Amino acid sequence: MSIISRGFRGKRRDDGGRVPPGQYLVDDFPVLSAGPTPRVPLDRWEFAIDTEAEQTHRWSWQEFMALPSETPTVDIHCVTKWSKLDTSWEGVSLDVLFEDVETAAEYALVYSYGGYTTNLPLEDLLDGKAWIVHRFDGEELEPRHGGPARLIVPHLYFWKSAKWVRGIRLLNEDWPGFWETAGYHNYGDPWREQRYEGD
Amino acid sequence: MRRLTWRPAELVEGSAETATARTLRFRVPGWPGHLAGQHVDVRLTAEDGYTAQRSYSMAAPADGDLVELTVETVADGEVSPYLTEELRAGDQVELRGPVGGWFVWRPESKAPVLLVGGGSGIVPLMAMIRERRKAGSRVPFRLLYSVRDPERRYYAEELRRPDPGLDITYLYTRSAPDGVSRPARRIMLDDLAEGGWPATFEPDCYVCGPTGFVEAAADLLLALGHAPERIRTERFGPTGG
Repeated sequence: MSIISRGFRGKRRDDGGRVPPGQYLVDDFPVLSAGPTPRVPLDRWEFAIDTEAEQTHRWSWQEFMALPSETPTVDIHCVTKWSKLDTSWEGVSLDVLFEDVETAAEYALVYSYGGYTTNLPLEDLLDGKAWIVHRFDGEELEPRHGGPARLIVPHLYFWKSAKWVRGIRLLNEDWPGFWETAGYHNYGDPWREQRYEGD
Repeated sequence: MRRLTWRPAELVEGSAETATARTLRFRVPGWPGHLAGQHVDVRLTAEDGYTAQRSYSMAAPADGDLVELTVETVADGEVSPYLTEELRAGDQVELRGPVGGWFVWRPESKAPVLLVGGGSGIVPLMAMIRERRKAGSRVPFRLLYSVRDPERRYYAEELRRPDPGLDITYLYTRSAPDGVSRPARRIMLDDLAEGGWPATFEPDCYVCGPTGFVEAAADLLLALGHAPERIRTERFGPTGG
């Protein structure tokens, strides 16, 4: 039984059941990151998938932009408690990027320009659940929001949606990333409020 | 595996920090202690069971079962106006933490420290300043504190007292007090070049404040040659947690 805070009423907003427990809605787009914003020139940008058999699949910016793109509209949920509904993006489904990748690995470690990492089960990236996006709300993705390209995995807390994404390393064993090592939950399901280690 | 549990927290005392910010001291039985720079989650529950949670940085180092926060009132906010205007000594909320192992300063660290705070971003930096003093550390600290005007300064009286090895520069953005030669303006390269450390000293840099401020300050530090891995940032605005 939780403690009642005397006189607290709160500001309730009908969200149609789309906001996970402990979250509140925002209309702006907050920025959170652990260090300075990396600037990645497009002629030096690349995205790579490294398999557990040490095979690497690489895309330059031109090759990446030539892939078929999708325009997902999704709700996003940050562990710092804000949620944002109906965000619209443009990018490439991970299913497209994984088409020619042979792997039996179960885990993915996502890594970024700037050194950030985050881990998740590979199956959480596939079957229409994740994208590498380069546009937000019809505009090029700003560097502060992860441009030129970021991962989005809307069904997990947003720290899994690595900004400035550079590649994915496939692993047979799980390997905790940056925030997962710093006390945050290893999986991060917002509907189960998996915020911190042990939740 | 360590599980962070919600703990009842009773307000011991609250005092006005500025016209829009209040410092709150809670007693939290069983509190496990924390590092300077970490934050807590605060949960409020209404009589009908409705709850709201937010994260707040702690303003002071570990002190038994006491946890100190400074909260800025967010106009039209849900949790901060309750904490700054309604909550009285003896009232209870719930706290969970400590959270965050990155934006922290440890007293055994030997590198010089540059603290760059914008507005309420001073709060976790103040915990570091107080931790340094409490631990008797001789590591040199420099604080650059950007505020709109003198009335917006948090912890003004405490920061006025001499603290050997801590240099403080105020950067006023709207109106500077008499006798300050720097015109009121946003943070610029000169401010960090003069009030900070040379990059060759390899200081640990902690930047905290609203997003625009943190973006600008971190970019300026990079331009001055500081290594990105030595620049730790924490960003928040009214909605940034």
